[in-house]
Amino acid sequence: MSTMTFGRAINAGLRRAMDNDPKVVLMGEDIGKLGGVFRITDGLQKDFGPHRVLDSPLAEAGIMGTAVGMAYRGYRPVVEIQFDGFIYPAFDQIVCQVAKLHYRTQGAVKMPITIRVPFGGGIGSPEHHSESPEAYFTHTSGLRVVSVSNPQDAYTMIQQAIASDDPVLYFEPKRRYHVKGEVDEAADPASSDMGAARVVTEGTDVTLVTYGPLVPTARDAAVAASDDGTSIEVIDLRSLAPIDFATVEASVRKTGRLVVTHEAAQSGGLGAEIAASITERCFDYLEHAPVRITGFDIPYPYSKLEFHHLPDLDRILDGVDRVMRRPNSLSGLEGAPTPQGAAQ
Amino acid sequence: MAQDGILPGSGSEERVEAPGETAGQTGGTVHPGPSRPGADEPVQLIDSSGVRHPHDHYDALVADVDGPALQKLYEDMVVVRRIDAEATALQRQGELALWPPLLGQEAAQIGSGRALRSDDFVFSSYRENAVAYCRGVDLADILRVWRGNASSGWDPYTINMATPQVIIGAQTLHATGYAMGILNDGADAVAVTYFGDGATSQGDVNEAMVFAASYQAPVVFFCQNNHWAISEPVGLQAHVPIARRAPGFGIPSVRVDGNDVLACLAVTREALARARSGGGPTFIEAVTYRMGPHTTADDPTRYRDANELEDWAARDPLARLATLLDSRGLLEADYTDAVKAKADAVAAELREGCLSMPEPAPSDVFRHVYSEPNSWLERQQDHYERYLASFTPAPQEGPR
Repeated sequence: MSTMTFGRAINAGLRRAMDNDPKVVLMGEDIGKLGGVFRITDGLQKDFGPHRVLDSPLAEAGIMGTAVGMAYRGYRPVVEIQFDGFIYPAFDQIVCQVAKLHYRTQGAVKMPITIRVPFGGGIGSPEHHSESPEAYFTHTSGLRVVSVSNPQDAYTMIQQAIASDDPVLYFEPKRRYHVKGEVDEAADPASSDMGAARVVTEGTDVTLVTYGPLVPTARDAAVAASDDGTSIEVIDLRSLAPIDFATVEASVRKTGRLVVTHEAAQSGGLGAEIAASITERCFDYLEHAPVRITGFDIPYPYSKLEFHHLPDLDRILDGVDRVMRRPNSLSGLEGAPTPQGAAQ
Repeated sequence: MAQDGILPGSGSEERVEAPGETAGQTGGTVHPGPSRPGADEPVQLIDSSGVRHPHDHYDALVADVDGPALQKLYEDMVVVRRIDAEATALQRQGELALWPPLLGQEAAQIGSGRALRSDDFVFSSYRENAVAYCRGVDLADILRVWRGNASSGWDPYTINMATPQVIIGAQTLHATGYAMGILNDGADAVAVTYFGDGATSQGDVNEAMVFAASYQAPVVFFCQNNHWAISEPVGLQAHVPIARRAPGFGIPSVRVDGNDVLACLAVTREALARARSGGGPTFIEAVTYRMGPHTTADDPTRYRDANELEDWAARDPLARLATLLDSRGLLEADYTDAVKAKADAVAAELREGCLSMPEPAPSDVFRHVYSEPNSWLERQQDHYERYLASFTPAPQEGPR
């Protein structure tokens, strides 16, 4: 075990993957000498050479399209998209090529490409630097989508993503890059499954589902709620496509209440998918309709307003109050549940 | 020949004639830009009337192409034209949903396709059926996608050719990335990408040239300028000959008469040799003409002048080679009979392969989305199979 930052854990995971497989190559803007704008690839070009760590021209479609060609040739490209908001030029190559080539070729061509995306807000950046575009990709068949929330997962899951024969979008919560945690570097990535959700804290009253940057926030909310006698079970999804609904379902059957929180906009987002799927799967166990606490349906706001947009501990607890049928910010609104005082 | 001031909608901007002008050039492959007079003139070794013109530079590259080799190139072109006609007929008979004919582009595809080595890798668009033929594709595999029996036709690794790309120009990046992989491997294979004049407007194609030049990747950009992107004339895509763009990226380029199979073979060989020897990418603009519709769903009479078609019919790639062969006594009846028999046999095999293609099973709709198990898909498949099983008897093709 060693203590390292989130960012260093990804670096260590990349290094180990490159050590283990000479076909792993890194591609992206500024990832070589500079080590990436977040320094995630720091030192890797020096140690593995410019043919393994390629500084790319500034063209995201070009990076993604050439990664497809490298994969055709038998390589395992790991592409860094510098910021979430810069991924859209590569969208066509991701959706029409990376996602579909295995299907198109009836399994003959594999696309073991990992697409690393620093995502989410909270760092005071200008436009295009704080977005949460994961739902575009969870809606695209052929892709796997994961998001990591702590250094250990960051270390292990980057290796699992690279080892996967399917393309994986790997969403890194950039505002957590400097968070430190224990990492077992000897852990065998093959001994766990990045598709499995993780129960962060066990609870009996409310299931709180989240991923990536909001996992620590959700955990804090659970601690705060416990002071009020409410027991929250926090689930870190880890895999966003496919979602480990078995784990979520088992939790909701126990608690009867579901709150989903993410930074991404609400409408058509992952919260909607989770709410719908869980309602379909265990409607009879629900004490209340699932509640979503999410970013608003707005372009990511300028930084002085971003903490109005981002769900925080208090907004999450307000959602918890709603599913607990306690007084909450929507109490008395037409169509909103009638407050019934204390929890049953 | 008009070079500048081409207005959108003006259609063809050049005439592939006057071979003598290129004959005097030596090493006329690296396009220097518009400053050098005659550099836009396509390389031509066999003119439209079937006369072979000597060329200071390119003759050496096809010195091995003797009578029998020329006859083989002719046979190839006859066969692929026949494949094209048979597939068009199959579409008209309701056996194919769609077909993109290559009529008129046989020389560009056979000339370049026959220059390739088996370990080279082709990334094409959807019209390069003659290139697939050169790669040794199973004939029915060409039709699989157009019949709707599969999302593409073949295993790319069996013939080292990716299946057709429908997103315009996307494959040029794949070829460039593949070539970057060749570089990493220290191999001397070449990635060759085919695309049309319309594709040159796409960002992907331009980015591919940036990447290819930056990494000096062994890739050949083979642009078939067939003058039409469905209904849009090449003048809408480019105001100067397309080959002029590549030097701006640091990539040498050459224009070639795309209806001259020998010239296409020569320029492609040169580009491949450059790539194999570490010289990086080359851009080839093969000036040709799409004699047919964009696909069988298209009606070119709505946008194309009949006179233009007539002009290009006079430059037919097969007719000119037949004339040349005839002038050398290489077009005797026993040879032409054999070519016809070959084309007939290939057409019969194609038709038989099409009609006997196995139908996909309903559950195939879920296959190969992922290479690893996927819980979402497994659940949907399970539910759909239960749904199908709820019918008595189970329908063969799902619900109406």
